[in-house]
Amino acid sequence: MGFTIPWQSLFGGMLLGLSAALLMLFSGKVAGISGIIGGLLSRQKHETSWRVAFVIGMILSVYVVSPLGFELPEIINNNIFLVALAGLLVGLGTRLGNGCTSGHGIVGMGRFSKRSIIATCIFMTTAIIVVLIRNLLGGL
Amino acid sequence: MITVKLLRVFIGLLSGTFFGAGMVISGMVDPVKVIGFLNITGNWDPSLAFVMGGALMVFTPFYHLVIKKRNHAISGDKLNLTTDTTIDGPLISGAILFGIGWGLAGFCPGPVITSVGGGSYIVLTFIVFMLVGISYGTQYLAGRFPLPIVGYRKNVGLVTKQNK
Repeated sequence: MGFTIPWQSLFGGMLLGLSAALLMLFSGKVAGISGIIGGLLSRQKHETSWRVAFVIGMILSVYVVSPLGFELPEIINNNIFLVALAGLLVGLGTRLGNGCTSGHGIVGMGRFSKRSIIATCIFMTTAIIVVLIRNLLGGL
Repeated sequence: MITVKLLRVFIGLLSGTFFGAGMVISGMVDPVKVIGFLNITGNWDPSLAFVMGGALMVFTPFYHLVIKKRNHAISGDKLNLTTDTTIDGPLISGAILFGIGWGLAGFCPGPVITSVGGGSYIVLTFIVFMLVGISYGTQYLAGRFPLPIVGYRKNVGLVTKQNK
């Protein structure tokens, strides 16, 4: 089997870990994207400016890595209703579950938080089942 | 005071940039790749497992060896960590709803925010509906709006305290 380590994924992942570590060490904050976005919708004192800066950094990062040859992919998805429904579910789900792939999957798992480990197992399993069902239905 | 504020903003910008760069470089921003990773019974693309692996490889030792020993962050802010260990209904149902949405579109919050600059109307549509979902969730948690099946939130006071 010709399996090679996907170095870009590994390196990109390490950058995510570094980002989360820096944010927590210097500012005491959790690098959870759903939490950062949610926090901008219901603002608290001293919690807005760093969140805005984080989001601006995320958006601008694309222009930092593009000279290195990394580009955003072209998004091909012809079912806008499915995208809208997915967005609604992701927003509601991350709010109720208090985190997403970053907050639970990286920071919470890294801290060995019981809630995060369980949440990550549940959303990974659910997403895998959804993709499986979509395949069975003929690539809906 | 002013320097603490500047530090928070600077660290926010820096870590946001690292985060977005990690999203682009790792391939998390490509929903086709995400669906390929979730498709474990089909033509499975395992590469995105290395994203979480790489992130945990850096964050986990850093947290346990450096951050955990501290009482405060370098800015003087408290470490914003929950000690909550209750596995409750919102955690489980929220993770399920998030998983369904993730599996339907291949987008989660980090990648879509990183992709804003691409100007794709699909990304922007997802974000608008995600913001609606977050706001609705906030209202539900506060006991103001009902959800299908479960209705209005009970024991509101209890959970507000926990999440605080």
